[in-house]
Amino acid sequence: MKVLRDLLRDYRFTASFIILCILLAYSSLSFFSPIDPTVWVAIARDQPPSSQHLLGTDSRGIDIFWSGAFAIRNSLIVALVAGVVSRFITIPVAMLAGYKGGMTDRVLMFISDSFLVIPLFLIIVLLAVLIRENLSLVTLGLLLACFGWAWDARVIRSEILSLRERGFTQTAILSGSGTMQLALKEYMPFVTPLVFATLINVMAWAIGLEITLAILGLIKLDIPTLGTMIFWALSYQAILLGRWYWLLTPVILSVLLFIALYWLSVSSSEYLDPRSRIQRVGQSLRA
Amino acid sequence: MLFIRRYLIPRLIQYVLVIFVGITAVFFIPRLLPTDPVARTIAELRSRGSYLDPASIDAMVADLTEMYGLEGSSFDQYIAFWQRLFRGDFGVSFFQFPTPVIQLIKAALPWTLGLLLVTTAIAWTAGILLGGVAGYFNRQGWSRALDVLAMVVRPMPYYVFAFILLLLFGYIFPLFPVAGGASIGRQPSFSWPYISDVLRHAFLPAMSLIILGVTAWFQTMKLVVQNLNAADFVQYARFGGIKERRIVSRYVIRNGMLPQITALALLIGQIFSGALITEIVFTYPGLGTLLYNAIMTGDYNLIMGITVFSIVAITTAILVIDLLYPLFDPRIRYN
Amino acid sequence: MDKIILTTRQLKAFYLLDIHGRQKVVKAVNEVELEILENEIYGIAGESGCGKSTLLKTLAAVVEPPLRQLEGKVIYHINGEEVDVSTLGDEEMRRLRWEFVSYVPQGSMNVLNPVVKLKDTYHDFISSHVKGKSQEETFRMAKAYIAELGLPAEIMGAYPHQLSGGMRQRVTIALATLLRPKIIIADEPTTALDVIVQRGVMQLLKDIQQKLQNTIILVTHDMGVHANVADRIGIMYAGKIVEEAPTEKIFSQPLHPYTQFLINSLPKFGDKTPRQSVPGSPPSLADLPTGCPFHPRCPQVLDICKEQMPAYIAAAADHKVACWLVEEENGQAA
Repeated sequence: MKVLRDLLRDYRFTASFIILCILLAYSSLSFFSPIDPTVWVAIARDQPPSSQHLLGTDSRGIDIFWSGAFAIRNSLIVALVAGVVSRFITIPVAMLAGYKGGMTDRVLMFISDSFLVIPLFLIIVLLAVLIRENLSLVTLGLLLACFGWAWDARVIRSEILSLRERGFTQTAILSGSGTMQLALKEYMPFVTPLVFATLINVMAWAIGLEITLAILGLIKLDIPTLGTMIFWALSYQAILLGRWYWLLTPVILSVLLFIALYWLSVSSSEYLDPRSRIQRVGQSLRA
Repeated sequence: MLFIRRYLIPRLIQYVLVIFVGITAVFFIPRLLPTDPVARTIAELRSRGSYLDPASIDAMVADLTEMYGLEGSSFDQYIAFWQRLFRGDFGVSFFQFPTPVIQLIKAALPWTLGLLLVTTAIAWTAGILLGGVAGYFNRQGWSRALDVLAMVVRPMPYYVFAFILLLLFGYIFPLFPVAGGASIGRQPSFSWPYISDVLRHAFLPAMSLIILGVTAWFQTMKLVVQNLNAADFVQYARFGGIKERRIVSRYVIRNGMLPQITALALLIGQIFSGALITEIVFTYPGLGTLLYNAIMTGDYNLIMGITVFSIVAITTAILVIDLLYPLFDPRIRYN
Repeated sequence: MDKIILTTRQLKAFYLLDIHGRQKVVKAVNEVELEILENEIYGIAGESGCGKSTLLKTLAAVVEPPLRQLEGKVIYHINGEEVDVSTLGDEEMRRLRWEFVSYVPQGSMNVLNPVVKLKDTYHDFISSHVKGKSQEETFRMAKAYIAELGLPAEIMGAYPHQLSGGMRQRVTIALATLLRPKIIIADEPTTALDVIVQRGVMQLLKDIQQKLQNTIILVTHDMGVHANVADRIGIMYAGKIVEEAPTEKIFSQPLHPYTQFLINSLPKFGDKTPRQSVPGSPPSLADLPTGCPFHPRCPQVLDICKEQMPAYIAAAADHKVACWLVEEENGQAA
């Protein structure tokens, strides 16, 4: 509770917290949706916003308000799968590299550096082109997870290195625990906050890539996501035909989502890193 | 010499290794997937409604297998793949048959290179200057206002941001052309009308790359400089009554830009990806749009070619930046 | 009577911190009264964390948030005129730096700009204070001064990381004294160096002082250094000067129990008994004990020590101390 109160002192945390709550509430409406957003022409097409269709309907005869709710839910599913699954690569790699050091560290960091350096976007596109039909929400999430671990592994590894510097591992080594078990038990409590902060970044990255891939037509297009909503709006020339509400809905939703996730990550990692906290100390007094 | 052994050789090894690993990955990934590119291409053709009789399908499978370099064992293919790469041969495009992929890439490259180099140079320089000054004066109101602005712009992915600019200046205030690299039918020449036409077309894609870039460099630089403010040599210079302009330029920015050079090397791949996406939004005739067309037509060789080419190009760019770094840091030069 | 160059009156400088809504006050400099003379080396001694460095900051008028000078004054005596530094504008203060008051930092490892040559750093400092000098002229000026101090002229073309620690400290001292300041503030100038190099660096500082006939305010925790160079010493404890006297008096008749501990902890020739150090650890400046801040560690603590801070007593014209024990003795004597 105290942590939450401290965090709420940061306007960015407060704003992102409120935006995320609203978006989550909106997306959870999809569980009570009166319509199925994958069925075309169930209702009148191209209706402007009205009391019946809050955000109008699109050229496929699908209610935009409700498909927005589904879109957020599905984009968040992709992001969560990508974020959570990538942790299963990030954490072991970081632990092994940071803990074992030496050759293990160099090899693992070379691999993660390669991931950082190579234009991953192209490789993901190459993969997506080949498995396009099978690219459901979960497979997309898994695919992104395979690529979204490298940066965080680096960040967490350096945190572990600094923990190691503090030298409280020696006793544990002497007591003869297994490497991984030891690393998990010793470091997890310290690394967990960092894991969460970086998780948010990966989620935002995954949502961004989902949108990009969808606009390139590289995922299953009948699933409503933020990306596929934009794809359909573009392919039906929504702007030219003056149906701005169709395009603007997913664009605004995604902008809100990106800002909220980014601010959440920045404010929480600033809270976790005492150095940047001290910097704010001086500022708050001057005001 | 220590510099060569400690700095140069590790980087050259890294360079060769990254290219090797990257290209090997690109080679094997499609072969590990359940769908192969030949079946994909045929499915693609069918979905477009072309009628294919069984005999012609067989012939086509054979043709495509050859064209995609899928003959023989995986190992033979792999060797052949490298041999062709060293000759600069990426195969031929399927949908612009029989144009070699390398030729398409060569035609698109100047556009991407121009856009990428100019915007990255502007964004990096402007971000560093702005971030340096704002970081040094981080207690001032305007510096914090810039912070908030950056906080809003920074999280935007390339696609969404390019899109917003497109809506704003393409449709709502139609000031700039929204598509292409130059007006259709205009002959390339070194005349002002042609150059200004190219610049006008490049404006929106360049703007979206620059604004996002400046924001990102601004933020990282500002953070670095805020920490530099506490550095002993900056404090000492201030204490010594050195004029602030000089402290900002020679102490703060000069030192703060060193990690940004490293960061540029690390991020150039992402910046490149962003440029591709931005090109697609504005149908700018560079590699991005080429890639988009390749995706839309299922042109496997072309996608492969762009990917491999980009890996080599980006890795080389990183090597160049790494090799230039010692020019700015005497500690690396004389050690 | 010697002329005064710097005075502080009831100087209070605290760090005001606000960590997530919890106010924290670090009382680093607490009611400090100093009168520092022209042409003397004034030593300030104390354990780490007693506020020495903060005192130097306020003396040098570099008070930046979260540090704040809450009360009192720092007065410079410039050509016989008293100037309260808090009344000076940024530009006026900037001009005083290096020409009136200059600073030799602790460990010069990181005080020189790492990416430019030393001659450029010298140029930065000179050209910011001396108008109308070309780069050539400032280089020549710097080179002449370096030679005067007996340092090799070639170092001007080097980068800081190419020099040894001792040479870097010498170069920094030369940089700090180049414009012949009236006051040199030196913060642990030899701490980061090994013992042999320390001597040379101290000697350089002393030589410069003799040549310029100016004032050095020297902070170090090393009583041995003070014994060798300081004319007068102020002993600092928990943000306060608890005793002040000429160097021989501090060493021959220390009055404050804390000073006695500091002196006794020094090794002496031929004495093989184990050295006694001060028991316990210094108090947190954010949470000072009531009364005399030394009372929890004082072996001769009285009841009154726990309640009231003692005032200064003049044990001699040039010897003052703040301790109830001394007060008591004086009372009994009278």
